[in-house]
Amino acid sequence: MKLDVNGSTREVDAAPDMPLLWVLRDLLGLTGTKFGCGEALCGACTVHLDGVPVRACVTPVARAERRKVTTIEGMKNSALRLAWIDLGVPQCGFCQAGQLMSAAALLEANPKPTDDDIDHALAGNLCRCGTYVRIRAAVKKAAGGEP
Amino acid sequence: MTLTRRGFFVGTGAAFALYPLYARAHVVPPPPPWQANPWISIDDKGTVTIMSHRSEMGQGVRSTLPVLIADELGADPKHITVQQAWGDEQFGNQDTDGSSSVRIPFLALREAAATARMMLITAAAAHWKVPEKRLDVRDSKIWDGAKALGGFVELVHEVKSVPVPKKPKLRALKELKYVGKELPQRDAEDVVDGVALFAADGLGWNEPGPLTAVIAHPPVLFAKPTKIDSSEALKVKGVRRVIELPAPKPPIGFQALGGVAVVADNTWAAMKGRKALRIEWDRGPNAGHDTAAYTEELRASVKRAGAQMRNVGDVDAALAKAATKVEAEYTGAYLAHAAMEPPAAIADADQGSATVYACTQSPVGMRDEIAKALGLDKQKVRVNVTLLGGGFGRKSFPDFGIEAALLAREMKQRVRVQWTREDDLQHGSFHTTSVQALAAALDDKGKVTAWRHRIAYPSIDSTFDPAADKPSDGEVGMGATDLPLAVPNVRVEACKATAHMRIGWLRSVCNIPQAFAVHSFLDEIAHAAKRDPRDVMVETFGPARVLTAKELGVPKLADNYGSPLDKTPFDVARLHRVIDKVSDMAGWNRRGGRALGMAAHSSFASWVAVVASVEKGPRGELRVDEAWIAADCGYVVNPDRVRYQMEGAFLFGLSNALHGAITVKDGAVVQTNFRDYRLLRITEAPRKIHVELIASDAHPGGAGEPGTPPVAPAVANAWFALTGTRLRSMPFA
Repeated sequence: MKLDVNGSTREVDAAPDMPLLWVLRDLLGLTGTKFGCGEALCGACTVHLDGVPVRACVTPVARAERRKVTTIEGMKNSALRLAWIDLGVPQCGFCQAGQLMSAAALLEANPKPTDDDIDHALAGNLCRCGTYVRIRAAVKKAAGGEP
Repeated sequence: MTLTRRGFFVGTGAAFALYPLYARAHVVPPPPPWQANPWISIDDKGTVTIMSHRSEMGQGVRSTLPVLIADELGADPKHITVQQAWGDEQFGNQDTDGSSSVRIPFLALREAAATARMMLITAAAAHWKVPEKRLDVRDSKIWDGAKALGGFVELVHEVKSVPVPKKPKLRALKELKYVGKELPQRDAEDVVDGVALFAADGLGWNEPGPLTAVIAHPPVLFAKPTKIDSSEALKVKGVRRVIELPAPKPPIGFQALGGVAVVADNTWAAMKGRKALRIEWDRGPNAGHDTAAYTEELRASVKRAGAQMRNVGDVDAALAKAATKVEAEYTGAYLAHAAMEPPAAIADADQGSATVYACTQSPVGMRDEIAKALGLDKQKVRVNVTLLGGGFGRKSFPDFGIEAALLAREMKQRVRVQWTREDDLQHGSFHTTSVQALAAALDDKGKVTAWRHRIAYPSIDSTFDPAADKPSDGEVGMGATDLPLAVPNVRVEACKATAHMRIGWLRSVCNIPQAFAVHSFLDEIAHAAKRDPRDVMVETFGPARVLTAKELGVPKLADNYGSPLDKTPFDVARLHRVIDKVSDMAGWNRRGGRALGMAAHSSFASWVAVVASVEKGPRGELRVDEAWIAADCGYVVNPDRVRYQMEGAFLFGLSNALHGAITVKDGAVVQTNFRDYRLLRITEAPRKIHVELIASDAHPGGAGEPGTPPVAPAVANAWFALTGTRLRSMPFA
């Protein structure tokens, strides 16, 4: 089947029930999207389908056909990336692609989020290192506000 | 900080710069013109490459040790190349554990760098015909006073014939230009671009993808398959083979757990294949293990006297004639590490050698265990270290690397082993489950005159020694036998607890239960005496002094978590200092109606005091709205990362305290994924966490772990202040 991933057309030979996560990681080599739980409980595999954040680990690849798939490798919000680096947000980094993809979708829908908005939008993204407080600050900084 | 932005696609030079060995595993790079020592080499363009010999798992070690080395050497840290060291004795101890990465090799690394600097100066003196004593090395240049003579490139061949100086002369700490200030994070750009390579991420874009194995591990430790029906699994498209792994023999030690592997073209096929396996198990010697019954067993154990681990005065007599007696029992559940990256490894192996890429905290340990499991000389095994998506102690065990090497040899092809979240939670190296009983005698002024602490939990030693059936010296030394107590009668006892699980190290280890118990108990004593908890704590810890084995009533005090006592004594003044600091930060004396709780604890050669402020959430649940942390970690190389470790440790400790519980039924772990093994979410994180580090030139202490122990008791004490309800069981919910 044909997929539109980060603006390029990619041909993949995958069973329609294979989750998008494994198509991205194992068939296309886009390993920025992470496997954390396999059951949409941790958010590490968050990607966008037509701009909407979804959990790639439970999204059958068939659902991504004829839609635009955006992964961390194709995420365009440079303000978010710079805020993340300026505030030193990552610790181990493993959950951060998912955090960034959720944050990018939030800012797309809500350019000036409050702490509550951020908590609500990122409630599905687990971090074990404890980066939550700096994540809130970085999202607000990327939105042009005070961290 | 200057940012170099790269294109947002996989396969840029970034991955290769990070892991030259990783991406081209079988290509031996040409030797650099000058290899000063295992950590430092300089190439013919004058570029300095520094080995980072500890594992990066979020603590920022790759942003720290290479800068320390560069600064002592006189190289500009912005222009060094950092290479991740593989497992090899030449780098000294590489075990990334015990919050030791800075405090243990601090002097050795600086000596290596100073040696290289002195050799460069000798070479420069000859090259430019200037006396050595006029020369210095700074920012990758050789300086004669304020005049830059040149760089490393002019000296890289001449320096090779300079004799190695016998006594390296270190720079004074205040002469170090970069360390101690805010340092850039080395891998942050790769992380936000999605190109940082973790263990499961393959060997780089240009390599063919490996096969992937998912393993059905024994549901109970030492269970063995009696019947394996792989017919349905082999029908799954993409599944290549089903392979039974060798069963371990007790004690489990560092062996792999055994089980049945499904090897497939991709991870999804392997996971589907595993689901289709039909396996009958002999559930083995641990099949009767059950959390509820075991907790009762531990409760009974602390009702009896245990082995005496610390003894001063006559506790029994003092308790018998106490004006007031306070008693309490505290329990703690098994914990899983649940690093966001489940264990994974990629291996090539044949009859004569093995090369493994793994998220390991112990590359030499993994190398040796792979050699043992495959019957190879350990020099024929190479373990390369990827970034770790969190470690917390789980990745000190090498089992997943052994599995990958065994399967790669069997498949005659590169194999990736991918643990799922279910595997990670059910087959981990668990933090122990505990029951502790404390009793104190108070005099009529509310002063503690006797302290008895009985402790029962399965010991980490049991993982290696089947005879180990009670907490060890080292374990009770984490917050029980090393606790400063200005109390005339003290006894700590280790009570019997037979292990049925693989018990391992988890961030701050036995400090978790012991700090929870002792700092909650101090708060209970204060309330029993109707006194301020902070005052009772300070009074009970006693005056500023250095603790000795004699005062503590222990046979010996060899070191402070491996830091020598002459550099890092058990100094109660440092505990006072962080208590004073956190009291100021949180406004302890002006707290009014605000529900604050405090705990102050020493571990891993650092001292940390925490104040938590709690409130009731909309459903009456415990919420921490703000927290204050004061830490004395001695001299700090990378302050931002140390503050961030304290912040992370707070949230890790809060997650354990609110939610952390692995339970066992019929020998098997009940929890399967994050729906029933809950981790703290962003909605539960305090809005503000304030961290201050005590300025100090003392030898560095630990940073990754010492922030965790005081969290649970500080939060429980705050909850008591708010509600009058005492939380004596972790998790609280």
